[in-house]
Amino acid sequence: MNGAQRDPAARGRATAAVLALCVLWPLLQVAQFDPAALFAPANLATIGGFLATFVPPETGVEFLGLLAAATLDTLAIATAGIALAMAIGIPLALLATRSLSISQLGGRSRPAGHVIRGAARVLTLVLRGVPELVWALLFVRIFGLGPAAGVAALGITYGGMLAKVYAEILESTDPAPARALLAAGSGRLAALGYGLLPVAGDELVSYTVYRWECALRASVVMGFVGAGGLGQLMDQSMKMLNGGEASTILITFLLLVMAADAASAWLRRQVA
Amino acid sequence: MTAIRLEALGLTHPGGRVALAHLDLTIAAGERVAVIGPSGAGKTTLLRVLGASLRPSHGAVRVLDVDPWALSGPLLQGLRARIGKMHQSPPIPPRQRVITAVLAGRLGQWSVWRALRSLIYPLDVPGARAVLDRLGLGERLFDRCDQLSGGQLQRVALARVLYQQPALMLADEPVSALDPALARAVTVALNDDARRRGATLVASLHAVELARSEFSRVIGLRDGRIVFDCPAAQLGDADIAALYAGAAATPAMPEASPVRPRLTRCA
Repeated sequence: MNGAQRDPAARGRATAAVLALCVLWPLLQVAQFDPAALFAPANLATIGGFLATFVPPETGVEFLGLLAAATLDTLAIATAGIALAMAIGIPLALLATRSLSISQLGGRSRPAGHVIRGAARVLTLVLRGVPELVWALLFVRIFGLGPAAGVAALGITYGGMLAKVYAEILESTDPAPARALLAAGSGRLAALGYGLLPVAGDELVSYTVYRWECALRASVVMGFVGAGGLGQLMDQSMKMLNGGEASTILITFLLLVMAADAASAWLRRQVA
Repeated sequence: MTAIRLEALGLTHPGGRVALAHLDLTIAAGERVAVIGPSGAGKTTLLRVLGASLRPSHGAVRVLDVDPWALSGPLLQGLRARIGKMHQSPPIPPRQRVITAVLAGRLGQWSVWRALRSLIYPLDVPGARAVLDRLGLGERLFDRCDQLSGGQLQRVALARVLYQQPALMLADEPVSALDPALARAVTVALNDDARRRGATLVASLHAVELARSEFSRVIGLRDGRIVFDCPAAQLGDADIAALYAGAAATPAMPEASPVRPRLTRCA
């Protein structure tokens, strides 16, 4: 058998597979992941006993009232958080976008522009580099338990994310219309409104709606550290080992996420 | 008053390619100048220098009696607002409405608040309509630009420049993508407007006949140098033949704008 008969790529593929195994296996050991533990009889009994308390779901009027208030809290946290995130993200995105640089016309690239763009990029990195859960822990100490901490935490992390993605969307948009306007003496904001937004507007709205959906889920997680809403209620029920309440909250949460999904899909269809 | 004065102007691209070499040129206010020459002669570069969008590497340039590159940011912006530009492919967002695209001509003169307010409700509907009516597009005022044909879109770009009422109009191959009848109509409209307002017009063209019949002066450009510069009436066929002699036969087709994939970041 001569060399021409063999697949020249086989050797590389085999090496990659062996290497992947060599890296993954030790990592799995470090992470102490042991699938067998899931099915050990003692563990199965514990899980079964816990899940059994989930039925029937709690339907007391008093609890449903609490649940409704918590659901409203969660919606409010997500929406107010996204509004705050936009207030932070939009100016940062505009600072970081190269398409709107007047000084780049005529090859005059001023160092000040570079510094400002660089600073805006670093700031967005810091904002979104720290997870919202960590911000929430911090803000709970400042604002106390409740939704305010959740709103502040979401606003900061998502402000950084929105700034990054807004800037990316604006830079991937055809710059010719905005450049033509800048070359005709228009200002940066006017060039944004008349040159970039008509092209990029849909995508910006669509991404913001998607982020709102994510904020809804994130606000539940942050509730576990005391930032209000469904998560906080869930945390209390779990600590009291009240499975019925926990299952009602879970069902509510699932319905909420499904509704948000549908609402955001509908909104995105409207702008597409 | 001179609209444009170039002295020993040269422009070398960062790669070392010479686009314009030692140009001396004076254009008086109110002149209507056609720039012709084979592809790659430097016509686009020249127009960008005249439009204060590209800084020359040597020599002096004065546009509307000022040196653009000696101006501070806001003053340079003010100068650019007095210069109207047309391009071969109109730089108009497809989803913008015709009226918005036309009103954008005055962005250099409007304050930012006026500009943003006009996005919510168009500020000068009669003004935009009057300009579009002159070009036979009055009925399309509230249509979206992606519903227009290429020729109609180029007329919207023309309407934007006419609405801007600039002292200096620069058109970079404005009619190369249009059929002959429309090309003549757009060229005539540009020249009429310049004559009526006493504005200066500089346009690069591939259609030599249009250059001769509509403009007052014709400049032949080749390899970044001026080959001839004379009143349109005195331009001979021999001059034209010499200008294009031996130049590669490149069809004057518009470059198709690249299709950009829409990024969706919704995982």
